[in-house]
Order: sequence, then structure tokens, then C-alpha cells
Amino acid sequence: MRGPTLEPILELKNVSAAYGRIKAIKGISLTVYPGEVVSIIGANGAGKSTTLMAISGVLPITGGEISYDGVRIDGTAADLLPARGLCQVPEGRRIFPRLTVEENLDMGAFFRKDKAGILHDLNRVFQLFPILQERRRQQGGTLSGGEQQMLAMGRALMSRPRLLLLDEPSLGLAPLIVQQIFRIIREINETDGVTVVLVEQNANLALQASTRGYVLETGNVIMEDEAGALLANPDIRKAYLGE
Amino acid sequence: MAPAFHKAQHVEVFLQQLVNGITLGGVYALVALGYTMVYGIIQLINFAHGEIFAAGGYMGVILISWMVAQGYPPFVCLGVALVLAMGYCALLAMAVEKLVYKPLRSSSRLSVLLSALGMSIFLQNGLMLTQGVYDRAYPGEMVQGGFEIGGAVVSYMQVVIVGITVALLVGLNALVFKTRVGKAMRATAQDKTMSALVGINASRIISLTFAIGAALACAAGIMVGMYYGSVRYDMGFVLGVKAFSAAVLGGIGNITGAMLGGLIIGMIEVFAAGYISSEYKDVFAFIILIGVLYFMPTGIMGENVDDTRV
Repeated sequence: MRGPTLEPILELKNVSAAYGRIKAIKGISLTVYPGEVVSIIGANGAGKSTTLMAISGVLPITGGEISYDGVRIDGTAADLLPARGLCQVPEGRRIFPRLTVEENLDMGAFFRKDKAGILHDLNRVFQLFPILQERRRQQGGTLSGGEQQMLAMGRALMSRPRLLLLDEPSLGLAPLIVQQIFRIIREINETDGVTVVLVEQNANLALQASTRGYVLETGNVIMEDEAGALLANPDIRKAYLGE
Repeated sequence: MAPAFHKAQHVEVFLQQLVNGITLGGVYALVALGYTMVYGIIQLINFAHGEIFAAGGYMGVILISWMVAQGYPPFVCLGVALVLAMGYCALLAMAVEKLVYKPLRSSSRLSVLLSALGMSIFLQNGLMLTQGVYDRAYPGEMVQGGFEIGGAVVSYMQVVIVGITVALLVGLNALVFKTRVGKAMRATAQDKTMSALVGINASRIISLTFAIGAALACAAGIMVGMYYGSVRYDMGFVLGVKAFSAAVLGGIGNITGAMLGGLIIGMIEVFAAGYISSEYKDVFAFIILIGVLYFMPTGIMGENVDDTRV
């Protein structure tokens, strides 16, 4: 999907960030082009989630630059980014437990005023995840893990994102549900044209769904390649694909 | 010694206490909501909330006295005073939040708690300095008369107070549970990071929460002033603690719980005053506070408070 004339939708240049005095990412550079599915793989603590939180503006960066759509966004308040089409489904899904499914979805459209568009997107979410429609009056906290993941993704889709950051969407889910989630990730990428950045510990799964991948180790990018090449790379197979 | 009532008198006394209890309990509920909503969203026990209530009582007496002197009809006076004073208290509470609590947002909870305590002393002394140390009387001719039900006397003043209270509680419920901004308030209380990730400006929601709580406390201050006939610079302290007890009894952070807790504390106080001793009426709210904290710290409607959720 990547063409040489396309401007990147997201670009990180030498970004570092820290939790207190602990440096979590140390100069990460990565580029994402419109229409791509890019995965970031790596072990626990490699800085994958930190990278996403830095992009989303939740964690202030200590160095480098983050550009979205060609405009610097580091230093921009987190709550201003969803309206610009940059959304995240964070690790652990973080649905609002004491809001109903419907209310959770409505929160995804919090900044929007276009009633007709919101209704259209709500129908699209219910089409992708019929179970959410069935459970729409139920409190979010009462859903199963898989349903919560669907709700979290549905909530993000209600913001009508152009770039969706997904943090560990497969975490703790049954294999069948994981397959379903990944099928939908491909569908929103292909049908709705949403660019996706995917953080996963399940590297195999993530790379199979991706166009390109970055490998993170202790806060640094150690490798970057086409997803197929990474899948075929013996070092990667050994370190991250359990061979 | 309890006087030997006839059976009919027993019923009358009971009914009378019930009417008084509903009136007082509703007022406690209004103040308790401010404690519980602020706690729900930033886990702060806002000690200065009682002073906002007192400031509301004063703003009410100032506006109503002036308007009555101009010859406006009582209900116009009350209505206009309510709206203006509630607006004033909302702005006051937002200013306190912005100047005193917000800069401490990332500090320890204890720092904010202590600054709330300081703010309470500051506001109370401010009231004392500007309004004097003596009771200030509400105009007596506001709402007069009443009627009898089954031997219990219901004053029109009580009807007005309960009417306003119910209207405010219904309005708040609608705001919190039906509107998008209300959903955003609940979402922010449940997960601030996630609410930012969907585009909610937490600072604005926190500010709004303070404003709403203050407006309700202000209405309560005016109604207490009308009910008892006067206000005093330090009236916010005891009532504040009682309303806080109500919030804890209902389950701190829970809106329905605060309404319920207020009603229960009001009832218990009135019945204890009627049947046990009016001298000790203030004690009962505190006995309940201690009892709840000791035996069921999550209150009636409260969930388990999970620190990681903050």
C-alpha cells in the first residue's frame, strides 16, 4: 500500500520518554504511512506501550519529535488528539466499567457534534461487533474479556480515527476470539481505510496481520523490515516467535 | 423521661418528625452531593465545601433582603436570589479549585487535603471579616403559614424547601445520567487517562464538578437560612461534617448514595432530637459516621474503593 509519493501519517524521530528517572524509551524513530498496518513487537518492558502513550500525548517525551500528518504533536494535550483522528485502544482495554456499552461507545464520539455521522458509525460498530448491540444496555464492567476488547475497539472507531494505535489486543483472550479480533483489524484497515499501529507480544500473529514491523528491545529499535521478512528472519524467529 | 403520649399524639409526633426529617434530610443531601462528586472525581475530601454552603446562605440573605426592601414579591426574591447566589458560589468554588487544588494535582493526596482544610479556615474567616460574627436574620415575611395533615403541621416554607430540593435532585440526576457531559463526568471519575484518550478535557470536567456541587450547596445554604431564620459565618462547619457523614454513609463517590445518606442522616437527627434529646442532636450524625467507617467503610451504595483505579 505504500507508495514513494505518500507523506508519512506518523513519524517519530529519536523519541525518548521516562517514568520518573527510569528511561523507558531511548531514542526511537519510526515512520508509518497512510493505509499501513505496522506492528511493534518486543518483549515485556521493551517500551512498546510507552511508545504508544508518548504518541497519544499521555506521557510527555523527554527528547525527539513526534509528527502526525506532517505537524508536530509532541506537547499537544492528549485530549485534543482524538478529534484529529489519532486514537488509541490502550493495554487492558480500559473500558469505563460503570458506563453501559452504549455510553462507552458514546464517549468515543465525545468531541463530535455530527449526529447523523455518529449514528452511521454506531451502526458500523454494531455491524462489526453484533454482540455489542445485544449487550448495549449492560454495564461495561460486566462484559467478558473478548467483549471488552470489542467494546474498546468500537469506542475508538466512534471517534472516526485515521490512525488507530492498538495495544496488545490479543492479551488474555481465547484463540478463537483473537482470530476474530484480528479479522476485524484487517477489515477496518482495508474497508474503512484506517491506518493501524499494532503493539503485540504475540509477534507471529501481529506480523501476519501487518505490512511492516519494528522490533523493540530495552527502549531501542533494533530492527525494522517488511513483515514477511521479519517473519522469515531466523534471529527474530528464535527471539520472538518461540523457535 | 418520655412524656406519656396518647396513641393519637404518638402518631402526630411521628408524622411531625417525618415532615421535619424530610425537609432537613433533603438539605443534607444537597450538600452531601458536592462532597461525593468531588471525591468521586479527584479523591479529595473538600473541607472547604461547608464554607461554600455558608457563603451561599450569606449571598442569599444579602440578595433577598435587598430585593424584599425594594418591594418585589417573595417568590421573585427567592427565585432570583437562588439563581444569582448559585452562580456566585459556582464561580467561587471554581476559583478555589483552580487556584488552590489544581496546582497540587500531581502532589500527594495529603497535600491537597491539607490545603482544603486551609481553604476552609480561610473562607470561614473571610465570611467573618466581611459579614461579622453575629447571626444575620433572613427576612421573616418570606413564606408564611402552613397546613395540617393528620395532626402534623407542614409549613409552606417546608413545602417550598422540599419542592426546590426535589427539583434540584431531579435536575442533577438528569444531568449526570442522561446528558453527554454527565457521562463524561462519570467516565472521568472512572478513568482519567482513558477519558483523555477519547478526547475529554479532565480539567474542564473537574471544574464543572466543583461548580455543580457548589451550586447545590449554595441552594442548601439559602434554604437553611430561611428555615432557621438566620445564617452565621461558621454555620458551614457542623453542617459540612454532617453532610460529609451522609456522603460516607451512602458510599463516598456514589451520587444516589449521597442523596439516600442525606435523607437518612436528616431523619435520624430529627427523630433522635424528638425522641431522645434535642441537646445531643448533632452527636448522632457523628455516631453514624464513626459506625459506618468502622463497620462498613464502603457505605450503603459504595463499591470497593480500589486505589489502582485512581
